[in-house]
Amino acid sequence: MADMKLKKEDFEVVGKDLKSSEEIIRKSLTYWQDAWMRLKANRVALFALIIIIIMLGMAVFAPMMTEYSYDQQMYDRISQTPNSENWFGTDELGRDLFARVWQGARTSLFVAFVATIINVSIGVIYGGISGYFGGKTDIVMMRIIEIIYSIPRLLWVILLLVVMKPGIKPIIIAIAITGWGGMARVVRGQVLQLKQMEFVLAAKTLGADTTRILLKHLIPNTMGPIIINLTFQVPTAVFTEAFLSYLGLGIPAPAASWGSLAQSGTKMILLYPHMLLFPAAMISIFMLAFNLLGDGLRDALDPRLRA
Amino acid sequence: MNETLISVRNLKKYFNVRGGKTLKAVDDISFDIHKGETLGLVGESGCGKSTAGRTIVRLYEATGGDIIYKDMNINNLNKKQLKDYTRHAQMIFQDPYASLNPRMTVTDIVGEGIDIHNLYKGMERQKRIYEILELVGLSREHANRFPHEFSGGQRQRIGVARALAIEPDFIVADEPISALDVSIQAQVVNLLKDLQDELNLTYLFIAHDLSMVKHLSDRVAVMYLGSIMELTESKELYDNPLHPYTKALMSAVPIPDPDVSRAKQRIILKGDVPSPIDVPAGCKFQGRCPLVEDICRVEKPELRQVIPGHEVACHMVKKP
Repeated sequence: MADMKLKKEDFEVVGKDLKSSEEIIRKSLTYWQDAWMRLKANRVALFALIIIIIMLGMAVFAPMMTEYSYDQQMYDRISQTPNSENWFGTDELGRDLFARVWQGARTSLFVAFVATIINVSIGVIYGGISGYFGGKTDIVMMRIIEIIYSIPRLLWVILLLVVMKPGIKPIIIAIAITGWGGMARVVRGQVLQLKQMEFVLAAKTLGADTTRILLKHLIPNTMGPIIINLTFQVPTAVFTEAFLSYLGLGIPAPAASWGSLAQSGTKMILLYPHMLLFPAAMISIFMLAFNLLGDGLRDALDPRLRA
Repeated sequence: MNETLISVRNLKKYFNVRGGKTLKAVDDISFDIHKGETLGLVGESGCGKSTAGRTIVRLYEATGGDIIYKDMNINNLNKKQLKDYTRHAQMIFQDPYASLNPRMTVTDIVGEGIDIHNLYKGMERQKRIYEILELVGLSREHANRFPHEFSGGQRQRIGVARALAIEPDFIVADEPISALDVSIQAQVVNLLKDLQDELNLTYLFIAHDLSMVKHLSDRVAVMYLGSIMELTESKELYDNPLHPYTKALMSAVPIPDPDVSRAKQRIILKGDVPSPIDVPAGCKFQGRCPLVEDICRVEKPELRQVIPGHEVACHMVKKP
């Protein structure tokens, strides 16, 4: 027995189907399909998503649904309460509030989305570079963020209004200047953690250059936190726009935004509360919906919760 | 068999740590790896074996010394030459859960090297990826799946496939089995062995599991605190360890025979491994060595041949 020489050919697999032991029964799902399934299971987040889609749709189509334009004055219909002709009533200058609220939605949402896109682009690139190179580069870049953060947003707007005409532009610039730091910090933290992972080292051993590692390995794995951060930036931007317009630093008349509508509604609050109610309700519903969606996305995209 | 593929000469890798100190992770090591062999590199955690492996595939820039692959000194290559070198030397990583990008399909993971080096395009690329997957015992049905759908052993085989996709001849295996179940360890080790025969690969096999190293390696180097203590053929090392540190290591290997096991004397070393930031003068092992004498505290022993093919770095080991 001891001096019997065994060769590989002398063995065969018995009683176990090797092929089938390697098979995977579960349906193949990508990360995003998986996340979508979890988001669908979350009723609150799904409801919030539907509300947001409806509001976006209304911002696009509502001004076409009514015969009145947002700056058309009707002198015989000043300060009407909601009725079948003017669904949200009219304001003190006889303009149709339904048209103005949705025109305001266009402005507010445009500001919010443009500012957010700028924030995300700057934040992802800045944070990615800072985290990837680390060391002294990282220290300097993070200190710069802290310096920018130390100047309040309101001060930026006031300073910008010294050199620019009031309107959409200074608001977007102010939100963009002060908003990207948060995103940059999130991305930096993620990249700092991911770049030590073995799959990044493996890509390096295969000869991958920095661009490839950032674009193929680091950024895709940061997408979850980026999207979560993004869904919280949009309502913040809406709110900032509303708050600046409310202070009179925003969109000048006759253009409308939710903030400027709320501001002019406040003046008439004792006589005609509906003039404040509609724009204020829009701001609240939109912000609530986006925050709830953000919460839902955080649960859906966080792979640590994967069972 | 004895043609040298990679020659490591006086390799040093120091890291700067807080307080202006240096951590000597790899401190002046030299060895040759012959074509087609497996060189085992063993040592306890933190002894610098992984750092040595990573420096050899150029994940880390060496602080000093030379790494000569065939006739190229890879420590002074330009960017393009370095990329060419990555085609020859690849690495298999320890943790199969961290070494695969969770957002990429198996096709893209295995194909990454092919894309970087522009080896195949389109259908050819796909065909090549299927070939390699089948080579490591997976099938083409797995190609479009994501890493999280696989078991640890399967993932490690995907890692092996990724390394093999660009046809390297030298592979650094950095503890490729220590994160796997014992039953799966055998599967991966046997795969590595079969691939070596089939593709004529050369391995640097880093591990701390001595019995696995014995099974897989032709020669073994024992590292302690960044230095090589003993280097010889695998059978010789297990039958006739000379260095007091190796002897202590060997006495810790469990033997699956209760009679032998009971009769065995376990050598327990005193003290702990010193910090690699504050390495003792002379022999690095002097503070824990049972045979220590005055010379050990002053002079660092060089790795020298005691018996043909058996090198030891110890003052106390005399030529027979």
